[in-house]
Amino acid sequence: MLINAFILALRELRRNVMRSILTMLGIIIGVSAVITLVTLGGGATQQVTQQIASLGSNLLMVSVGKRMGAGQSSGAPMFKIADADALSRELPELSLVAPTAAAPTTAIFGNENWSTNITGSTEAFFPVSNQQIALGRLFTASEARVGATVCVIGQTVATKLFGAQDPVGNRIRLNKLSCVVIGLLKPKGQSTMGSDQDDLIVVPLRTFQRRIAGNQDVSLIKVSVKDGFDTDQAKQRIEQTLRSRRHLASNEENNFNVLDMKEIAAMLSTTTQTLTGLLSAVGAVSLLVGGIGIMNIMLVSVTERTREIGIRLAIGALEREVLLQFLVEAVVLSSLGGIIGIVLALSASVLLASLLQVPFVFQGGIIVIAFLFSASVGVVFGYFPARKAARLDPIEALRHE
Amino acid sequence: MSADLPLLELRNVSKVYGKGDATMHALAGIDLKIYPGEFVAVMGPSGSGKSTCMNILGCLDTPTAGQYLFQGIDVGALNRNQRALLRRHYLGFVFQGFNLLNRTSALENVELPLIYRGTATAERRLLARKALLAVGLADREQHTPGELSGGQQQRVAIARAIVTGPSLLLADEPTGNLDSARSIEIMELLTAFNRDQGITVVMVTHEPDMAAYAKRIVQFKDGLIAHDQPTGG
Ligand SMILES: Nc1ncnc2c1ncn2[C@@H]1O[C@H](COP(=O)(O)OP(=O)(O)OP(=O)(O)O)[C@@H](O)[C@H]1O
Ligand SMILES: [Mg+2]
Repeated sequence: MLINAFILALRELRRNVMRSILTMLGIIIGVSAVITLVTLGGGATQQVTQQIASLGSNLLMVSVGKRMGAGQSSGAPMFKIADADALSRELPELSLVAPTAAAPTTAIFGNENWSTNITGSTEAFFPVSNQQIALGRLFTASEARVGATVCVIGQTVATKLFGAQDPVGNRIRLNKLSCVVIGLLKPKGQSTMGSDQDDLIVVPLRTFQRRIAGNQDVSLIKVSVKDGFDTDQAKQRIEQTLRSRRHLASNEENNFNVLDMKEIAAMLSTTTQTLTGLLSAVGAVSLLVGGIGIMNIMLVSVTERTREIGIRLAIGALEREVLLQFLVEAVVLSSLGGIIGIVLALSASVLLASLLQVPFVFQGGIIVIAFLFSASVGVVFGYFPARKAARLDPIEALRHE
Repeated sequence: MSADLPLLELRNVSKVYGKGDATMHALAGIDLKIYPGEFVAVMGPSGSGKSTCMNILGCLDTPTAGQYLFQGIDVGALNRNQRALLRRHYLGFVFQGFNLLNRTSALENVELPLIYRGTATAERRLLARKALLAVGLADREQHTPGELSGGQQQRVAIARAIVTGPSLLLADEPTGNLDSARSIEIMELLTAFNRDQGITVVMVTHEPDMAAYAKRIVQFKDGLIAHDQPTGG
């Protein structure tokens, strides 16, 4: 009986190809919108999460200035190397402490030059920022201590200055400083904020302070918390330590800021999720509109086919067979619309993902949900017209013009 | 013949439409027995209750009062679904307006009652082709009603009515829309199915020429049977 209904439904849809397609349009748009948005949203969320993870795990950024408003940092005193030393000495839960300072510079090699930032830090900088060596080596603790004139460069700098050539062993000029490139870092790609993480030059902090900055300032301390320790507690302990070192009275606000990268990750992924949710709701509304479209067309179709229904009833179709026929027609229409929508959504997602530079992450769950939803749209919105058809009086229906 | 059980029997059947002053007795208490293998023509002026009677005989409608027995079964006691099943298994219909499914091939139209019977596809095809052959339209099976003449459409309708091998074929003015040459073709088909397959035929007609093909003529007047007699032949 179900197979019969299916055959009859398919025959009917084949007879009205144009109308069937127009009827499905609402469902097609709804399904493809929802799936595309969820897929792209999922890709974006994954990207954010991965990028945050690539910054280093359990990473805390201790910077000078208050949390809100960059302008206030000017009044606050800079950190010194001693502050970083105190943190690593007094807080055993910290595995790595990397004091850093940075300044804009122009790097010159031969005829090539490239405007970038120069970062001064200790050997702890590399593990804390999750930077790995690709060629050559990182600078050692003793090189950092004595302030050797060596540098480690990122992929972008290497390409700009050396092209395809091996940079290791060459000397580059950074303002007044001439240093030997001892290592090339592995590429990390773009950061969450869109900046190039491979556009960097790292020199020992002492070298930076002596030869570039000309002071003892440290603007940022990157800290990583040992596994098994709570980053929130570590953050509080860092705040306590720094407050006492900076002689802040208990009524004074922090003139520095400890930022947990995980918080940012959480914040960013909530934002993407909220956006995805909102846009999906719009798609769901269009599914609803598609459902009403199906109901409308099915009602028209029932009126139009009153005579046909009369014939079917007269030659012995049962009420439930006519009901099933129209219901199956509605469900076939809506699920066919769903399938077309899914195919469209997948192609659109692949295309848009590459355009928007987010990874394409296949979302099986939403596809199944969208399909089931579109099929049930057919059941729900097809039921009323189908029942109307099934309950027709055969004599009246046969007389219908 | 009258010793057999009647195929169908109307006992004091009446059909009333409307209420109060607007009450309309379409059938005012008729008795009628039709035996297996009969070919009955129903005649009478317009509005005399012929179609109403056919609808009751076809189990499409139920009497307001009185009893309709089909093969001894009281149709009035059956529900809508049971009457549908009765139509499916024992009845064939031919209507005045042809009533084929539009945009549907002749073959698919003829297959329709077999689909509801659950006949397997291969057998369905075979039976439908046989029925089309019997009405002389074997070469038109892929034509839709729009591509067939009125007479051909009516022959498809007859093929659809007899494809299941029904006990009773009901035809309400089957030649009403046709010229006399086409009408004669239709009558010859009905006569042949009645004679060769023993299908009982009850047919409404306004034309004495067509009624002459039947073996018995029932004359309606004002919701009652005025005359009921065998034809001369
Ligand atoms: N559904 C209905 N509601 C009200 N009155 C009806 C209905 N169906 C039939 N009638 C009335 O019942 C009477 C008999 O109608 P019926 O259709 O049986 O006539 P008929 O003999 O078939 O006429 P014709 O030769 O014109 O087809 C008519 O007066 C008609 O108006
Ligand atoms: Mg009539």
